[in-house]
Amino acid sequence: MTRFLIGAASLALATPAWAETITVEAGEGAQERLQEALILAEPGDEIVLGVGRFMLTDGLSLDVDGVTVRGAGMDATVLDFGGQQGSGEGFLITSDDVTVRDFALENPKGDGVKSKGADNIVYYRVRVTWTDGPKASNGAYGIYPVESTGVLVDGVKVSGASDAGIYVGQSSKITVRNSIAEANVAGIEIENSRDAIVENNITTRNTGGILVFDLPDLPVMGGGNVIIRRNLVVANDEPNFAPPGNIVASVRRGTGILVMANEDVLIEGNIVTNNPTAGAMVIAYTQPFEDERYNPYARNVVIGSNVFADNGTDPQLDAAEQLLAAFGGALPPVLWDGIAEGDTGLRVAPRTGGWTLGLSEPGQDLASGSPAPLDVPEPLGDTRDDTSIGAPAALLQRIVP
Amino acid sequence: MRHRLALLGAATLVLAGSIVARATPPAEMVDISLILGDELPKSLDDFAFFADVRAQAPNAGVVPYGLNVPLYSDGAEKLRFLYVPTGQQIGANGEGLLQFPVGSALIKTFAFGEGTERRLIETRVLLHRADGWLALPYRWNEEQTEARLALAGGRLAITRPDGEEISYRIPNKNQCKECHSVDGAIVPIGPKGRNLSGEWLGEIYEAGLLDEVNDGMDMMPNWASRDTMPAAQMARAYLDVNCAHCHRPGGSASNSGLDLRLEQRDPIKIGILKRPVAAGRGSGGHEFDIAPGHPERSILVHRMGSTEPGVAMPELGKSTVDEEALEVIERWIAQMEAP
Repeated sequence: MTRFLIGAASLALATPAWAETITVEAGEGAQERLQEALILAEPGDEIVLGVGRFMLTDGLSLDVDGVTVRGAGMDATVLDFGGQQGSGEGFLITSDDVTVRDFALENPKGDGVKSKGADNIVYYRVRVTWTDGPKASNGAYGIYPVESTGVLVDGVKVSGASDAGIYVGQSSKITVRNSIAEANVAGIEIENSRDAIVENNITTRNTGGILVFDLPDLPVMGGGNVIIRRNLVVANDEPNFAPPGNIVASVRRGTGILVMANEDVLIEGNIVTNNPTAGAMVIAYTQPFEDERYNPYARNVVIGSNVFADNGTDPQLDAAEQLLAAFGGALPPVLWDGIAEGDTGLRVAPRTGGWTLGLSEPGQDLASGSPAPLDVPEPLGDTRDDTSIGAPAALLQRIVP
Repeated sequence: MRHRLALLGAATLVLAGSIVARATPPAEMVDISLILGDELPKSLDDFAFFADVRAQAPNAGVVPYGLNVPLYSDGAEKLRFLYVPTGQQIGANGEGLLQFPVGSALIKTFAFGEGTERRLIETRVLLHRADGWLALPYRWNEEQTEARLALAGGRLAITRPDGEEISYRIPNKNQCKECHSVDGAIVPIGPKGRNLSGEWLGEIYEAGLLDEVNDGMDMMPNWASRDTMPAAQMARAYLDVNCAHCHRPGGSASNSGLDLRLEQRDPIKIGILKRPVAAGRGSGGHEFDIAPGHPERSILVHRMGSTEPGVAMPELGKSTVDEEALEVIERWIAQMEAP
């Protein structure tokens, strides 16, 4: 109990001098041994997972600040949830200043790793895989930080999520980088969140690659101030396998980057190719809502200089054949619904092809529009200070070798 | 049902006994130093909450209680007790949570079977320490001689009274917090004034354990009367007791935007025509948490009716469907006027 007392007295220290390393190996009783280590950890401790496959029967959870959970690598240490009998996620984190790194979760029944109200969290080289490939019965989210300030997702890899591979919701100060999202419904999703940078990721074979949007009726509203840059958004062509009812179930197969009901979004320096419906899509929220705090419009969205190629060749849209014929066999890469709040709609770099559905009101029937080539202003020149957005520098420092 | 009533009767008898015992101040039997200390006692016995722990006969100062609407846990019987340090009082808080002084404890034992066949499974304790509440799970051994601290929880095979075999989950220490948490702090969730009987409140008031009995207490209908009470009243009471500890502002499921507390009046916040946010496959293909007039199209019903992790609600403490509750909820939604 001495250590317990000392630990309690020194909560303020980020890494107490007496921080311990607790090693947990795979094998018999892994569930209880690992869970007990997660419960008894003290701030500053590192829980080291051995090489091998941890056969788990229930979700794991961590509720101690300042703990690092480190495996031997995201192919070497595997938390196997194939036999999971309870809990809504594989691993739940509810404490601050946590780092999870270098391990994998396979086949969690619900979400992969969820961190809720867990500020300053780092996900580094964590893999979440549903091993049967895209299936509606797979869990919803792979990496799932929500209601948090300070989120760094770096070097993770998620495939098979029936909602979003990497989902950041109702949070702020976010960086998602150097990660791979493959064969999910949504690759990377930033929802009801502010001050996010999504950079240097690969999203491929998802239904939609990168999604940024705002939804009504949630505790945290007013998403925006997002930069999406230098990502590879390629061949997101998976038929939508989300269970109906979820918002992503309405994402059209072959959507590269989607911005819906969000403000101040900058999209630049991305390579966006072979997405059959659209390279980039900018739209208003389409459903009826009553929440007075909610703004359904996309506002101040800037599509700067990107490489768009071979998008819009097989759009999942009404009257696709006529549209393709009208535009010469493939739709221009940027699709806008045409719905703007005043003059705060969309700006697109010159020589980037685009078209509009020609709608005017949120919720308007798509068929009632009059499609036409896009005619919107050019970007004013980006003056955005990106040092004030994204994950705090201290989080980036935490994973410097 | 007869069994549950019988159990309540027994609890009342024990209660009467303990209050009589209280009239002449007893020697302090419960080890309050363990409630207040900073250790994690290894055995339930250490606290001395019980004169006979196997029989769940409470010690002096430990008072049994029941709830108008109980929380469902795979059909387990629950034996609930509270302890308040000698000379101190519980603060009444209208319909809200009773205010327990530091040094108090709440003790809940989960059991299956009846009479000599009764098998104690686990006893969960909530200790009110100076720095807040601490939740600890204790698991009963096979021999039923002792309950030991089980920080990591566990699973065990249970045969329910109806013969169904289930894998029963004893929550780990962190999972206690998933339900018992508001804005990150652990709080009791059961003993709210509105969900305690007026008779019982009157008795502990008379015994000097409660400072007053005030408005809003005992306003929830008794679950035993669910077939005769209006479905809406029963359903909202059930959702408040079984779901609202997570589905409320500051609760574990606050990010869903669903708020199932009894006091919530906004139809969308209680799920009516509310679209899901992070339901994943839990949506069951339905558009709304509650589709008025259509329980079969309501996500709430779909998730309550499932035992599949990732779909099932609640996420914890559930290996079986609460069929009685599902029937009430379905009746309530079916009675709503479709838009």
